Amino acid sequence: MGGVSAPSPVELDEPEVEDLTFVDRPWVTIVWNDPVNLMSYVTYVFQTYFGYAKKKAEKLMLEVHQDGKSVVASGSREEMERDVQAMHEYGLWATMEKQS
Amino acid sequence: MHEGFQRRRHGGAVATFSGFEADLLRSLASQLVELLRNEVAAPSAGDDPLEELLDFTGPTTEPEDPVLARLFPTAYPHDEEAAGEFRRFTEGTLRDQKAQGAVAVIETLEEAGLPEQLEKDGLVVDVELDHEGAMLWMKSFTDIRLALGTRLGVEQDDEEYWMALSQEDPRAHVYDIYQWVGFLQETLVDAVAQSR
Repeated sequence: MGGVSAPSPVELDEPEVEDLTFVDRPWVTIVWNDPVNLMSYVTYVFQTYFGYAKKKAEKLMLEVHQDGKSVVASGSREEMERDVQAMHEYGLWATMEKQS
Repeated sequence: MHEGFQRRRHGGAVATFSGFEADLLRSLASQLVELLRNEVAAPSAGDDPLEELLDFTGPTTEPEDPVLARLFPTAYPHDEEAAGEFRRFTEGTLRDQKAQGAVAVIETLEEAGLPEQLEKDGLVVDVELDHEGAMLWMKSFTDIRLALGTRLGVEQDDEEYWMALSQEDPRAHVYDIYQWVGFLQETLVDAVAQSR
């Protein structure tokens, strides 16, 4: 992954191709499994923060638990940074990357 | 205390703690505050010493302490530069939020009657949390459990290992506390989720 970060003055010559893609939701937030957080809590966080229905929140939680990770949101880079920060506030282990 | 948190009539949750339990929670929350404020979140690893000295904004590299590294994970695992920028702009805020949450837990316990020094037996501490307070406690319980779990090295489905430890092993005692906070967390989530 080579997600170009906030424009760096050193790289002025490099065209920022990634910012020019016309993809609607190019970034994703991923929540990873951890041995500490309770399943009920993770589900509740998905409901509360993302506003997901209980069924969807449970499905995502089970993906995290069983597959080790789950894509829980997608959107612009700024939106995903907000979501990742919020997940860290809730104590979930979240990362973000460009959608492949 | 046997039943943990119960649903509160107009949202939020209530619980009754013994003086000993309330004192233990206060001590866990205080340790969390200390950890969050202890290792200074300083920027580092810059190539330009002048720039580094003038940069007060925040850290750019992962904390060395494994608990802090778990509380503030690297957001961009494949992009060091973006990860550093993200950390610079978020870790300070997150540290403050988590410390404030733990302080709120301590204050609630003390307002509910927990004295500075626990002396007499038989003290009962009734805690009543509105929805917002319940959310703060829930996040703090999470941080406390992440801290205890990381220190212990808890892994997926390893309850048997911990249950088999001799009671003389200090880790057995810490694991009991870890499980107890987990029980509180479970009942708190239940109580709050019911009133949605």
